[in-house]
Amino acid sequence: MTSVLRPHAEDQFADELVILAKTDDRPRPPGWRLSPWAVTTYVLGDGGQITPKYIGPRRIVEVAVATLATDRALLLLGVPGTAKTWLSEHLAAAISGDSTLLVQGTAGTAEEAVRYGWNYARLLSEGPSHGALTPSPIMRAMAEGRLARVEELTRMPSDVQDALITVLSEKTLPIPELGEEVQAAKGFNVIATANDRDRGVNDLSSALRRRFNTVVLPVPATTEEEVGIVARRVAQLGRSLELPETVTGLEEIRRVVTVFRELRAGVTSDGRTKVKSPSGTLSTAEAISVVTNGIVLAAHFGDGVLRPADVAGGILGAVVQDPVSDRVVWQEYLETVVRDRDDWRDFYRACRDAG
Amino acid sequence: MPAEIAAGASSGPGAPVPEVPVPGSSVPPGSSVPRLSVLGVRHHGPGSARAVRDELNRIRPDLVLVEGPPEADGLVALAADPGMRPPVALLAYVPGEPSRAAFWPFAEFSPEWQAIAYAARAGVEARFCDLPAAHGLALDADPVRRDPIGELARAAGYDDPERWWEDLVEHRGEAGTLDVVAEAMRAVREGHVAEGVEARREAYMRRTLRKAAREGFARIAVVCGAWHLPALSPPALSLPTLSLPALSPPGGRARGSGLPAGSGPDAPDGPRRLPSPAEDDRLLRGLPKVRIEMTWVPWTHGRLAAGAGYGAGVAAPGWYEHLFTAPDRPVERWLARAAAILREEDLPVSSAHVIEAVRLAEGLAALRGRPLAGLSEVTEAVRAVLCGGDELPVELVQRRMVVGERLGRVPDATPMVPLRRDLRDEQRRLRMKPEAMSGEHDLDLRRPLDLGRSRLLHRLALLDVPWGTPRRARSKGTFKESWSLEWRPELDVALVEAAVWGITVEAAATARVRNLAGGAGLPELSALVERCLLAHLPDALPYVLGRIEDRAALDGEVRHLMGALPALVRARRYGDVRGTEGLAGVTESMLARICAGLSPALTGLDEDAARQMAALMDGVHTAAGLMGSGRWLATLTGISGRDDLPGLLDGRIVRILFDAEALGDDVAARMARSMSPGNPPARSAAWMEGFLSGGGLLLVHDPRLLATVDAWLTGLSPEAFVDVLPLLRRTFGAFPAPERRMIGGRVRSGAAPRPGSPGGDEGADYDDGLAAGAVRTVRDILGRGTGGRP
Repeated sequence: MTSVLRPHAEDQFADELVILAKTDDRPRPPGWRLSPWAVTTYVLGDGGQITPKYIGPRRIVEVAVATLATDRALLLLGVPGTAKTWLSEHLAAAISGDSTLLVQGTAGTAEEAVRYGWNYARLLSEGPSHGALTPSPIMRAMAEGRLARVEELTRMPSDVQDALITVLSEKTLPIPELGEEVQAAKGFNVIATANDRDRGVNDLSSALRRRFNTVVLPVPATTEEEVGIVARRVAQLGRSLELPETVTGLEEIRRVVTVFRELRAGVTSDGRTKVKSPSGTLSTAEAISVVTNGIVLAAHFGDGVLRPADVAGGILGAVVQDPVSDRVVWQEYLETVVRDRDDWRDFYRACRDAG
Repeated sequence: MPAEIAAGASSGPGAPVPEVPVPGSSVPPGSSVPRLSVLGVRHHGPGSARAVRDELNRIRPDLVLVEGPPEADGLVALAADPGMRPPVALLAYVPGEPSRAAFWPFAEFSPEWQAIAYAARAGVEARFCDLPAAHGLALDADPVRRDPIGELARAAGYDDPERWWEDLVEHRGEAGTLDVVAEAMRAVREGHVAEGVEARREAYMRRTLRKAAREGFARIAVVCGAWHLPALSPPALSLPTLSLPALSPPGGRARGSGLPAGSGPDAPDGPRRLPSPAEDDRLLRGLPKVRIEMTWVPWTHGRLAAGAGYGAGVAAPGWYEHLFTAPDRPVERWLARAAAILREEDLPVSSAHVIEAVRLAEGLAALRGRPLAGLSEVTEAVRAVLCGGDELPVELVQRRMVVGERLGRVPDATPMVPLRRDLRDEQRRLRMKPEAMSGEHDLDLRRPLDLGRSRLLHRLALLDVPWGTPRRARSKGTFKESWSLEWRPELDVALVEAAVWGITVEAAATARVRNLAGGAGLPELSALVERCLLAHLPDALPYVLGRIEDRAALDGEVRHLMGALPALVRARRYGDVRGTEGLAGVTESMLARICAGLSPALTGLDEDAARQMAALMDGVHTAAGLMGSGRWLATLTGISGRDDLPGLLDGRIVRILFDAEALGDDVAARMARSMSPGNPPARSAAWMEGFLSGGGLLLVHDPRLLATVDAWLTGLSPEAFVDVLPLLRRTFGAFPAPERRMIGGRVRSGAAPRPGSPGGDEGADYDDGLAAGAVRTVRDILGRGTGGRP
């Protein structure tokens, strides 16, 4: 096992990429390592040697791949924890064989991260020159004809976002200091991710928005699907974090997922009772972290079996984000829904004890 | 089998469908052998429709047979009427039995409609060849819907049959597809033996064919579901050419079966034998029958999409219509139209968007290996490019374009729709004549006849057929209603439009209420409950109540609940019909929600908002009184302890509690506190306004109250008095003049006692002993029991 905490997608699944590249005889767009069809297979899996990376509607992946093949930029939108970054990493790995050309959008992201910067020591000694130039990931992607990734696009200040407009429409990045420009090689494109909930923080200008095709990643459609995702990721995380072995019943995962889904949808799974939704997102990613957290608790402080008490605290923390209104929502849910379920007795008690 | 092959049955473009002699027909000697073309289609498939149109123009039949009830043969001619505009439906119904009815919808892009339209254009006869609706409705058997398309699609590796059919047929629309479909259907039906209703339908179709052949038609075209095709025509061998002489009957009675002697079941590789006329007759003998009537009714794309009890419903009528009517470039035209619709809603969509959307749709189609972008690709493009991933505008496009809002029309000459017939029956039963002159009617709801009339008028109002208008606002719960009735010609049109909702007035009104309730907010829903009760629609009520329950659970705005409650409570009091039990539960839970949320809702209100809230509180108070719930007063008592309420509401709450004798502390103390100089004068005046609003009479009759007010007023300093005078005037100005005069008289006469000596001078004249009996009776009537003050 490698000592890296989290290997890149193209390293972790290198063998799968090789298999696909070998069997892939369909036409590949210029600069692509695989054909669009093979990229789709890589992401969704084929039920055999290729494991599924993204579990969700096929059409989402197809639209995303088709978008990248039309040289339009791709914007993945969704509430936190809907695998936006995950999907963008795997798309980049499959198409360019490289998911590392990454710009992380933050409130402090500067224009240098999108265009280029300077090595000031050399700039002072040599003046503007190629050697003094520090290219941004976007610039490198353009020169090499690869995919660049922009994470959390809407967290960037608007002026930095706008630096992308020329890149995306003209496919060129001028360097006035050298009197040159970098023209994008075939195969260059941008995958950006943005958070639905943050709309309005630094909302995209319509000029920039026009250059993206937007794909909204949904929350998992059915309980079974979500239980599958959570179970799979919890197992993966457990392996890579080398957590002690615990007995993780699917029952407990299903319960966490059910609670999250019911609160998120505002209606119980049997469709009989309406419940209020709390302010938190209650994404699949949060369900995964609640279960992982519970496993750690069970392994180090419990008897090695994941029990309701181990997840109750985590659920409470995920649901109650606003101390006043969310607590009311949670209490209402606990008393009107959880309490009446016969096989949820332990869980009800654990939640009551947790607060 | 060579006798069956017509000369022109080559597989070249434009000449796809082999013509064969009518099976089992006996032709009068000397006349020519009639030619039969069976066009197997998918119901409501635009590609099929186009293929049928082209094919009919090519073979020019002199008789068109269409799958549908033959009772409608007399109605076919109406299809050519300029007033007829699809989508329309043929309706068969059993008079007097609203639940027994069947619809055959037709849209512009239905192959059947195109066949009928061809017949009208070419001046040839069109007939329907399916089992008569009289039998169909009598058999009352749910027709078993087969899914031959689904079987074929699965065989082709598609999980979605619609898409497979679209890829193969609808998107190509080339000549020759009908032929391919026919061949495929034969393969699917291999070994299938029709049974039950299906066998009878096909037997009837064959019988109609034979009859048409006997009548001497030369070229007959049949347009039917692809599934039935093999049952109507024996398979064609793919021999390209065959000389005509081979068509002469092999001799003897062979012509009677339409099949050569050698092709019985025992023939080694022979095709499946078609049943003989005698076998068909045996199948069709002794079928049950009911008396039915038929007419055309207008239809909508929405109902076409929903299926609405019709098995072959289509998911996207708007898209199909587009495919059928767009001359070329369907994807580009569709996306440009979508952009236009989004622009109407002020969404910024440029031509560049449309270009990118087209590219994405095509890229996606290529990725999925489809010949042309279909609805799902186009929808993805609309979502990802035109709408920026936002679902709301996508739904708009879905509603306006994919389903479409088209409403069909039928000409005036159409036979009466059953709804109108039902209305006529009702009018007869209730002895009401539709007259153009307006007339006034007073209804006494205690009489069954008048009650029926009232219900009918309310139901018609729900159907947007306003025959009667209520003459003045009636107070609820009374037994008198007053209407003015006027039958205007528009109402006939409105009635035809309302026919989509149902066959009887009651069923239609019920369906309409459910439709209205679908998108309504709380206030509309509670108004709807009242209308349901007035119109006596017990079947619609539970649905509406369910919707209210859902809405109330999610609505965080207490004011909405407060606005909705009074109407519900009035309705509950008004009706003793079925469904009122559910109503009680709903009102109780709504009141509970109001009580829980009232206190926070009273914070931070400006003057207008406070005034609205006061009106709402009055409404809820009356309602709570009718419900006999103590929860409301308890809540108000709790709130009355707060000192941050707007003056108006504070005064109002104190007054409500004072009237209900539920005020915890002394009203004089409350008033003095609220009126004391520590408060700004405006708040004091607002408090007084709230306290006194709506009832000057109490001031006249409750000397204690009058004295309290009087003491406060006379105790004001001259400056403060001038300050509050305009506000007081506003309060007192709202009282009716006689009340003001009486209050003035009371004050002038000095009758008002000082606070602290309740009862006043009036008490002196009473003999409590004498009055006791009357007081007790009055209290019983008021429902206050016998305790408390005498």
